[in-house]
Amino acid sequence: MTTAAPPTTAGAPPGRTSRHSRRRARTALTFLAPFGILFAAMYLAPIGYTVYQSLFQEHRSGLGLSAPTKVFAGLANYRAALDDSGFRGSLLRVLLIGVVQVPVMLALSLTLALLLDARRTLFKRFFRLAFFLPYALPGVIGALMWSFLVAPGLSPITAAAHHVGLHLDLTSNSLLAPTIGNMLTWGWTGYNMLIIYSALQAIPPELSEAATMDGCSAFGIAWRIKIPLVRPALVLTTVFSIIGTAQLYNEPAILHNVAPNLSSDYTPIFAAYDAVDAGNFDYAATESVILALLAFVLSFGFLRLVQRRGAAL
Amino acid sequence: MTATETPVRPDNGTTTTPPDRPRTPLALSRWLVLGVMVLAAVYFLFPVWWLLVASTKTSSGLFSGNGFWFGGHFAFFGNVRAVFAQQGGIFWRWLLNSALYAVGGAAAGTLISALAGYALAKYPFRGREFAFNVVLAAVLVPQPLLAIPLYLMFSPVHLVNTYWGVLLPSVVSPFGVYLARIYAGASVPDELLEAGRIDGAGETRIFATIALRVMSPALVTIFLFQFVSIWTNYLLPVLMLADDRLQPVTVGIVGWQSQRGIGNAVPFNVVVTAALISVIPLVVLFLTLQRFWRSGLISGSVK
Repeated sequence: MTTAAPPTTAGAPPGRTSRHSRRRARTALTFLAPFGILFAAMYLAPIGYTVYQSLFQEHRSGLGLSAPTKVFAGLANYRAALDDSGFRGSLLRVLLIGVVQVPVMLALSLTLALLLDARRTLFKRFFRLAFFLPYALPGVIGALMWSFLVAPGLSPITAAAHHVGLHLDLTSNSLLAPTIGNMLTWGWTGYNMLIIYSALQAIPPELSEAATMDGCSAFGIAWRIKIPLVRPALVLTTVFSIIGTAQLYNEPAILHNVAPNLSSDYTPIFAAYDAVDAGNFDYAATESVILALLAFVLSFGFLRLVQRRGAAL
Repeated sequence: MTATETPVRPDNGTTTTPPDRPRTPLALSRWLVLGVMVLAAVYFLFPVWWLLVASTKTSSGLFSGNGFWFGGHFAFFGNVRAVFAQQGGIFWRWLLNSALYAVGGAAAGTLISALAGYALAKYPFRGREFAFNVVLAAVLVPQPLLAIPLYLMFSPVHLVNTYWGVLLPSVVSPFGVYLARIYAGASVPDELLEAGRIDGAGETRIFATIALRVMSPALVTIFLFQFVSIWTNYLLPVLMLADDRLQPVTVGIVGWQSQRGIGNAVPFNVVVTAALISVIPLVVLFLTLQRFWRSGLISGSVK
């Protein structure tokens, strides 16, 4: 990796130690090389390439018979993307799904983790497995399952609702977002729960025992002792969830197969892939950069927010 | 900091009630909690249950009767045969491809992650913290965004539509490096490395014989996480592989599902049964290697 700069001997005392540390540094670089080279090729290069592409546009001259030429376009692609109401709509849609779905999912994860951690809960092993199972299924297979579960004509949920006299179409325009939110919640609650639960398990049991002696209720212990102590886990799961929502693609893409009314620019990634299909790579790159920046700003903004709050407490 | 040192309380459900506490009001809350847990378990399990039940039905049986209970002709074995007969038995190939991508990618990835994590934990060099921070930031990069540029970069060098097109990107796991560094830092004692050096062992040998052995629980965790993330990956292979003989099982099944409405589309019961079969390897892996899941998530949450 280029970031691991070769050590210079400047400032180091001459002799055995510097030779030693130089040799160690060389070993470190050798060990880092396989990962570093692949990381540069598979992570850094694509990121750089995307940013580079987003600054260019293809121009076809005359009748379009000659090969198109790449022309530096500055921020023209960005202006176009931000003017594109379809793309703006996809960003807003994902933001909205995230604002509702992430808190619901994390509240559920935290509640289940606390209940699993409580001393008096029965059948913990079974419940822990049951809650975590969706994570063991590939996201697309989970999405496929749910697409069958909500598909008009096939859905046992719709059938059950019909039985009690309710007309329910889970793939109708107004219910698409809740349906997708539900798919996400189903797939990721267990994963987040396990992260929080693992943090809860690391709390020394003496703490809650002492609180119990002082007459603190189980609810009070959860609220005043456990939740503040698992704050890092909550922050981590929130950041992961924000990034996960930003890259929403599988669920809507598979739902699209049973719900043709789902637009082809439903989420930003969807829109970018649509641009790839149309052969407009520059535009796809631009949409990718905007989305990555937004995800970055949101997750880091959240981190800053909780850090400031943490300092005030 | 690491899994091994975290005090884990026994949680096998055996609760020892202190004798000096009143029991009656607690019995109610206990039932309440159990109710909530059962409700949640039903929510998480019923789609899987539906999949199980649906795999025993014929195509027409799927559209009639109660979706959550068996009924009509028990067609499970016929469905399984149909899955493996569909499209000239390509499903076998998809399963093998998935196994190849997941095992190959995760094995190579675990090794290079272990090397990098160990180097970042045990060798002081300039720019070490910076390198580690770059790796950490990479954990936060939305993966699907890399797939498009990778496709464009792989096109001119003819890696698109080859096994390498999926394998190469799958090998890189910043999360694996992160876990390896945390674990190596906490569990590989410096004294042990020093002893090896005094005995005249080279650095590579020390890594291979001492460090890898001490790090082996973490290696299983890294392998497991990477295996699952490759097996479940969809976006990268669907973009890279147009040839369906190279596709992993996730891409193949979704391809079958999306044929709906086309002339001789793959019947629903075949798609449903194929989906069920494709998750069996992961569920088995997940049930048998549970403790490694937990240890990975613990080091992920305790920074």
